[in-house]
Amino acid sequence: MTTAGAAAEGKPAAQEAPQGVAGLLHRAYDNMKSGNLGVLPIVIGLIFIVVFFSFKATNFFTATNFVNIIIQMAGTAMLAYGVVFVLLLGEIDLSISYVAGIGALTVAELQLPGSGHEINGLLAMLCAVAICAAIGAGQGSIVAYVGVPSFVVTLAGYLVWQGVILQRLEQPGSIIIQDRWINYTASYFFSHTAGWLIAALVTGLYLISVIWTVVSHRRAGIPTKNKGTMIAKVLGVAAASFGVVAICNHSYVQGNPLGLPLAGVIVVVFLIVLTFLAKRTTFGRHVYAVGGNAEAARRAGINVHRIRILVFMISGAMAACGGIILAANVNSVDLNFGGGTLLLNSIAAAVIGGVSLFGGRGEVRGAFLGALVIATVSNGLNTAGYATGIIYIVTGLILLFAVTLDTIARRLQVRSGR
Amino acid sequence: MSVTEAPLLELRGITKSFGSVQALTDVDFEVRAGEVMALVGDNGAGKSTLIKCVAGTHAADEGDILFEGREVHIHSPKDAANLGIEVVYQDLALCDNLDVVQNMYLGREANNFEVLTEPVMEQHTAETLTSLRVTTINSVRQTVATLSGGQRQSVAVARAVMWNSKLVILDEPTAALGVAQTEQVLELVRRLGQQGLGVVIISHNLHDVFETADRIAVLRLGRNVGLFERDKTTQQEIVEAITAGQPTKVSGIPQTTATGPAS
Repeated sequence: MTTAGAAAEGKPAAQEAPQGVAGLLHRAYDNMKSGNLGVLPIVIGLIFIVVFFSFKATNFFTATNFVNIIIQMAGTAMLAYGVVFVLLLGEIDLSISYVAGIGALTVAELQLPGSGHEINGLLAMLCAVAICAAIGAGQGSIVAYVGVPSFVVTLAGYLVWQGVILQRLEQPGSIIIQDRWINYTASYFFSHTAGWLIAALVTGLYLISVIWTVVSHRRAGIPTKNKGTMIAKVLGVAAASFGVVAICNHSYVQGNPLGLPLAGVIVVVFLIVLTFLAKRTTFGRHVYAVGGNAEAARRAGINVHRIRILVFMISGAMAACGGIILAANVNSVDLNFGGGTLLLNSIAAAVIGGVSLFGGRGEVRGAFLGALVIATVSNGLNTAGYATGIIYIVTGLILLFAVTLDTIARRLQVRSGR
Repeated sequence: MSVTEAPLLELRGITKSFGSVQALTDVDFEVRAGEVMALVGDNGAGKSTLIKCVAGTHAADEGDILFEGREVHIHSPKDAANLGIEVVYQDLALCDNLDVVQNMYLGREANNFEVLTEPVMEQHTAETLTSLRVTTINSVRQTVATLSGGQRQSVAVARAVMWNSKLVILDEPTAALGVAQTEQVLELVRRLGQQGLGVVIISHNLHDVFETADRIAVLRLGRNVGLFERDKTTQQEIVEAITAGQPTKVSGIPQTTATGPAS
């Protein structure tokens, strides 16, 4: 942005655009002026939260607790990813927590030894995701074709799927999950070497994608934006991934070394895949378009119904993924699965991450950071010995604060923009 | 202006009714390539309905549509787009949350196996804006929400002409604009004509019409009441036609030399 703006005014671009980390900060400042806060406030907020609890609780700032937070955020983050897409359309999906329950129930049922229909855990997980995607497609179709507000359709879904779970689990009370593949999603830890390799892989892939962007821009004859900033970003990704692995490799449980948790890797893989889907594919572009101006999208020839249904399918599928991880974390599915704060935490994660409730604005990484904030706060308050009530109050206040900040920023943008 | 061949778009005897309401009665209309044709009339004169018949939003009950001399049937906006007819509606149909490039390619994104090829789109957008001499937009990567009314109109028009379109229909392009921005947009409209496109401009504002149009077609109560050449008429004459014009009973193509209502 800075480069093009400066070029248009006839000044050399390099003069206006600082390089490297300074460039990143400069761009963040530019964004903030135009009301687009980006991830900066949430990252700063996260740092404050971590520093605060490090002083408040002695066993908060430890490698082992870091691994705990990763596992605790995983389920919420997966659900929140789906929420991002639904919110981008300007819709809402209230059924996700119990659809997650259906996903968990499906895998539990399909792995149940001695039931006569037990199948391989991996296959069971695929079935669960498919079933929940189908549930999403059904709900999405009612929203798209019949025109019933998504709030009502998914509120009905919330009740229906909760009812299904209660019906099935009324007798046994809960189903224990014994299949190792399913349980691995929350309890597998990579060896130290494998962890380093994964960090190297993530860094390498990011580097390749940056180089690819530069090459294709150059081929099209568009001046490459800020090289220093790109290098700073690659170094940032490298530092983050190797840093995370380094910390995870120092964690222990009862004397046994842990490592990078599979749950964390799953969350990051979905973060990358879904970000690509949202930002780099025609489907993603159409989601933003429909969320921004559905009528304009329709006139431009976009099949709005198809987009709506696909988005609700993503929401259902992500709910299933999250549900499986959450169930694996406790090795069972019980009557209360999907209740409590799961639904609201998932939506709050997306909203704290800057996804607008009115559609068209937000990114997948917001849900990742939002889920991280919620998990960190609740873990920190737990570690410091606060009661559950306090955790809810603090999470609620953070949500309010994040949205207020975003709303004020947006108002400033409208004022300066026109 | 070199207009010798058949009109680019020709409508013959278009009739359209909504239930008992007769919106259009036996309306003729034509646009030549390289010409700016204004379509004027009071509220409810049938301007929008006529345009919607061409755009594929409505189907005419009776009458023929000829495009480049061939009879065509337009059943959907897609049919119109395939022929090279683009309509810029009054509300512009832009997505505020997307940037200029994304809006220009809305629904027709350049892609490679569904993966967007941004550099191609960015470059082509910049070229299109340059060719139309839209110089007020600093960066094609800024969101449309940050653009002024005139800039937004320019983006909508540029989007319409980017797809090798032959006919561009502009519905009240200056209705929501200030003086300077109106001038910007009118300049752009004239340039479209100079580039050889057929342009239809619908407007209430006779000043705008006289600034841009080569010919002016007047509708009243769903009928033709006159076809004027800009250089041979006055605003006074047009106003009279709009408010009190009598239907011109012409058969086939309206006479370009007609001097309005036979009074």
